[in-house]
Amino acid sequence: MNISSSAKGVYALWYREFKVFLREKSRVVSALFLPLFWYFIFGGGVGTISTVGGNYQHFIFPGFLCMTIIFTALFNGAYVVWDKKIDFLKEVLISPPSRTTIFVGKMLGGMTDALLQSYILLFIGLLLGIPLTVKSIIFSMMILFILAAGLVSMGLIIGSFMESPEGFGLISSFVIYPLFLLSGALYPLDKLPKWMKILTHIDPVTYAVDGLRHVILGISSMPLSADVLIILGFDFVLILAGTWAFNKMKL
Amino acid sequence: MGNLYNPLMETIKTVNLTKKYGSLTAVDSVNLSINQGEIFGLLGPNGAGKTTTLMMLSSLLKPTSGSATINGFDVIKNPQKVRASIGMVFQDPSSDPVLSAYENLKLHALLYDVPLRLIDSKIDEVLSLVDLQKRKHDIIKKFSGGMRRRMEIARGLLHQPQIFFLDEPTLGLDPQTRDHIWEYIKSLAEKINMTIVLTTHYMEEAEKLCQRIAIIDHGKIVALDSPASLIRTIGGDIVHLRGSLRLEELKKMSFVKDVAQEGNSYRLAVENAGKNLQELLCKAGTVESVEVHSPDLNDVFLHYTGSAMREGEGDSMDFARSINRIRENK
Repeated sequence: MNISSSAKGVYALWYREFKVFLREKSRVVSALFLPLFWYFIFGGGVGTISTVGGNYQHFIFPGFLCMTIIFTALFNGAYVVWDKKIDFLKEVLISPPSRTTIFVGKMLGGMTDALLQSYILLFIGLLLGIPLTVKSIIFSMMILFILAAGLVSMGLIIGSFMESPEGFGLISSFVIYPLFLLSGALYPLDKLPKWMKILTHIDPVTYAVDGLRHVILGISSMPLSADVLIILGFDFVLILAGTWAFNKMKL
Repeated sequence: MGNLYNPLMETIKTVNLTKKYGSLTAVDSVNLSINQGEIFGLLGPNGAGKTTTLMMLSSLLKPTSGSATINGFDVIKNPQKVRASIGMVFQDPSSDPVLSAYENLKLHALLYDVPLRLIDSKIDEVLSLVDLQKRKHDIIKKFSGGMRRRMEIARGLLHQPQIFFLDEPTLGLDPQTRDHIWEYIKSLAEKINMTIVLTTHYMEEAEKLCQRIAIIDHGKIVALDSPASLIRTIGGDIVHLRGSLRLEELKKMSFVKDVAQEGNSYRLAVENAGKNLQELLCKAGTVESVEVHSPDLNDVFLHYTGSAMREGEGDSMDFARSINRIRENK
């Protein structure tokens, strides 16, 4: 395989992921509206009792940018199971590109889906009165980009090991919600009990939420550079693991 | 005639190709030599090891032992070269139902490194081979089973493979569609000089399409030749008798080549049945019914395995999958 044919292989898988994404409108709609429901209903309700300095809805907005990424990335990965079920995966695996090429193509496809949605939400933020500037929008996009790389890889790893779509519910309960709820998206990290503090620091989304709050609202509990480096480290490990998982994947 | 084996034109070769799942041997020391341009059939009942063989030949499944060479490339050492040499139509639908025919084909063209400027013209070319130009931009979900199979046949041809594998190309299709698919495969073989290997459990399909057939049962090749030669090995016609017969008398007759008994029904291979039937019936005992037909591959199969084709025992991929599952749960 030379570079041009590998690039075509990557493009092929990206093309497919993107076309499917555009056609499955229910996925797009739910991924966009769910965070807005949380923002208005949960944020509006809890905002009345919140002791966070400033606007509570503004405080939780960065978490919802991450929420779209979490949902899209993990479900995108779980769709590998669907590919197995309809035998589409065989068609892909029997073609000349290496498993690594296939992984990269699927990763870029999933990232495109996840990022498009969170970027749309970011711009909706302007309408919601979130204090966004050109600079904070660009930095937010970059943080979301590196978060998506890792989470999409995580989804693909799970998908490559899953054998039947029945596991979808488990992913929701044991991966998606813990990732979101432990990220500090809904509460500040400073006054947490010790056990929870440990858990929140294991969750990679925590660093993205913290970084986004830093660039959008100017509040954070860690330096921005630490947030970014930790997310990049997490990306590195998950991309390697994903490549390995795809090379190991059985039909 | 391409019936005879010619080592110079050999494009597929396996040596003791074996696949074991625990204590079960799905494919047992298979030796095959398939010539370039040949239409070769792997005929056998469900679960005989046909699909497993094809999966190993296409590098999707690693053999437990033995080797296979495709277009000069070893399936274990050089899987990417093997994959670039072959086209495959799977037993189960493997196209993305959410995409259109065009999008599925474009995806395939990109995966197989078809030059970008040729992709659209190639897609039109293969779609016209299977009469689907008009449905080019329709979503696969809207296709019938037969149309989808045709689209997948077209897809397998898109990158002009030297070798084309078809796994049960007509399984689950109605008889009319089946006839159509046969026509397409036949005309393809005539238009494009490519090697075609197909698996089937339909005798008729193998007889109509293939120049040579390997009969496979319990993972082993039990017979391999052209359909006509295989049928000739039966020697004579097939006579089915029902009644209480004198078996010893039957066996004594010089023109009776083979006798198989099952309860009160007997299956005889009889030389020149037209002439000898009268004598046969006189001496046979009390005969309730007689049926005479020229032998077909089904009789060949009976002859070599001693049992009829086990139809309808679930499809072979289900079988392979369930084995995989059992293995992984251990």
